[in-house]
Amino acid sequence: MRLLLERLLHTLLVVWAVVTILFLMFRLMPGSPLAAYLHDNLSEEQQNLILQQFGLDRPLWEQYFIYLGNLLQGELGVSFFQRRPVLDVLLAVFPNTIVLTLSSLIVAYVFGVLAGAYLAWRRNSVIERAAVPAVLAIRAAPEFWIGMVLLAIFSFELGWLPSGGANSPGMFYDSEIDRFLSLDFLRHLILPVLTLALYLQGLPLLLMRSNMLEVMHDEFVTMARMKGLSEWSIVIRHAARNALLPVLTAFALGVGVSVGGNVVVEIVFSWPGIGRLLVNAVATLDYPLAQGAFLLIALVLIFMNFVADMLYSMLDPRVSHARVA
Amino acid sequence: MPASLEPATLPRPTPALWPRLVRAVGRAIARAAAQLRRDGFALAGVTIYTVFAVVALLADVLATHDPMEILFLPTGKLAANIRPGADFLLGTTNLGRDIYSQLIHGTRSALLVGLSAAVVVASLGTVVGLVSGYFGGRIDMVMMRFADVALSLPFLPFVIVLIGFLGASINIIIMAVALLLWPNTARVIRSQVLSLRERAYVEAARVTGASTWRIMFVHIAPNILPLSFLYGSIAIGWAILTEASVSFLGFGSANVVSWGYMLQDAFASQALSRGHFNWFIPPGLCIVLVVVAGFFISRGYEEIFFPKLRD
Repeated sequence: MRLLLERLLHTLLVVWAVVTILFLMFRLMPGSPLAAYLHDNLSEEQQNLILQQFGLDRPLWEQYFIYLGNLLQGELGVSFFQRRPVLDVLLAVFPNTIVLTLSSLIVAYVFGVLAGAYLAWRRNSVIERAAVPAVLAIRAAPEFWIGMVLLAIFSFELGWLPSGGANSPGMFYDSEIDRFLSLDFLRHLILPVLTLALYLQGLPLLLMRSNMLEVMHDEFVTMARMKGLSEWSIVIRHAARNALLPVLTAFALGVGVSVGGNVVVEIVFSWPGIGRLLVNAVATLDYPLAQGAFLLIALVLIFMNFVADMLYSMLDPRVSHARVA
Repeated sequence: MPASLEPATLPRPTPALWPRLVRAVGRAIARAAAQLRRDGFALAGVTIYTVFAVVALLADVLATHDPMEILFLPTGKLAANIRPGADFLLGTTNLGRDIYSQLIHGTRSALLVGLSAAVVVASLGTVVGLVSGYFGGRIDMVMMRFADVALSLPFLPFVIVLIGFLGASINIIIMAVALLLWPNTARVIRSQVLSLRERAYVEAARVTGASTWRIMFVHIAPNILPLSFLYGSIAIGWAILTEASVSFLGFGSANVVSWGYMLQDAFASQALSRGHFNWFIPPGLCIVLVVVAGFFISRGYEEIFFPKLRD
């Protein structure tokens, strides 16, 4: 319990630091500090409202506290070009990114764990010797390039799958759930998920493989052997269960990292997610939107780091607080 | 301590800082070279690096055309979308630029970004790790909190925002990579220093009155140099991948031919739908080769120097 509180406090401290960095970054950029929130594209009424809301005519330190207060209420300003509150714009695309991230991580981790365990079991076989460098090579490839190659083959060359977007034009659904479950959406999802999964499977695979190799030498496995249990039962019921713990932590960390790392894949497949939103906002200098998108990505990362930390200490009681820090 | 006392209390010769560091580096390289013969991974990695380094150095000789020049056929027609052949080894882009020459010149910017970032990451991480681990206490706490914050910034989005605002340049990419990657190096080095500073020879140096900085840089630093190299070699790959991603997103500098720029150019010019595999496969393969070489080398080195570190 004390550990939980301590980590929570630490996480809040990190959030505060990131929020402050963000404030400074967007105020110190070229141009007047007003440019962070005001643009001629917004109506005069909107501009006056924002001027009031963010205290843009006050000294910088006062603006800082107003900014913190606004953040707590989810007030992030108005997008210059969409002329809508930033929070609304973010929440509209966020589910797309979450669906993409989680589906690809699940595919990657299920495959990675199984393949990793298999490779550990077949240690020093021809397959194992060829697989490790191959996995490393895939991890070395830029995600967007994997996406480009898959796109060229499966979409343009073979014409099996759509080349971008999350839905075909002209499709309407009663609810988000209906949309996510529609065949059209799933067809659009396949290539981006495959791209990300190819890239992401290396970590769980290599982790699982080395954990299995380590665990197979532990005393409890020897004990199971002495009891005369079958090889299958030893590998699955005893070794794999213990080798799985670090992989779970990696999964939690992976969610946080991927939400931001997806950026390039979202661009390749024109996936309407938070990463694509960020890139477009930066490219068009839509400061409030860029700031909001970055903040959301950072918050997910920090939150998942916290979750991974907690998982790690819950699953492995040997971890003392000192080692975590 | 008064300088006049030193010869009396310290009869042993005290070698200067730099020769010792240089010798430590030499020893590390010699050990690594010896290992190369045994480790196939590391050997492959070093071979790949060597080939790319030679290509980068000889880029002007190896390239058949100016990478950015718009080329014309003898008939006066624009040499656009030519298939690979004798005149254009890998064909040309839709604007009549030679792909092979771009690829060769891209090696140069990739190695430049990779090596500079590696040097900055490794030195920053080493110094912070040394100071943090050796002094401990409040300094350590502050530094490690900074590390936590740096690790909580989403990598690519941070680089994108920074470049979007400060303008595209290779220096900013290197700076951003260094800013976000030093904590990994610093944390590992810190924990190594924590154990080294309790060793008998460090205690001995302390008792004989060696200054704090001397202990840190003469007695401890040489022992963690292999770790710095290891993390430096990992940073090379990261920096090259980051530069490629940033260029692909269209935030790269306009007058530098890099592999990321080539991929962006191909993507934006519909090379995918036209099936111009000769345009976008080679740059991607080059990135894979350079980055995987870094992985191979760091794997091999981990096995020599830190058999227990591997996870």
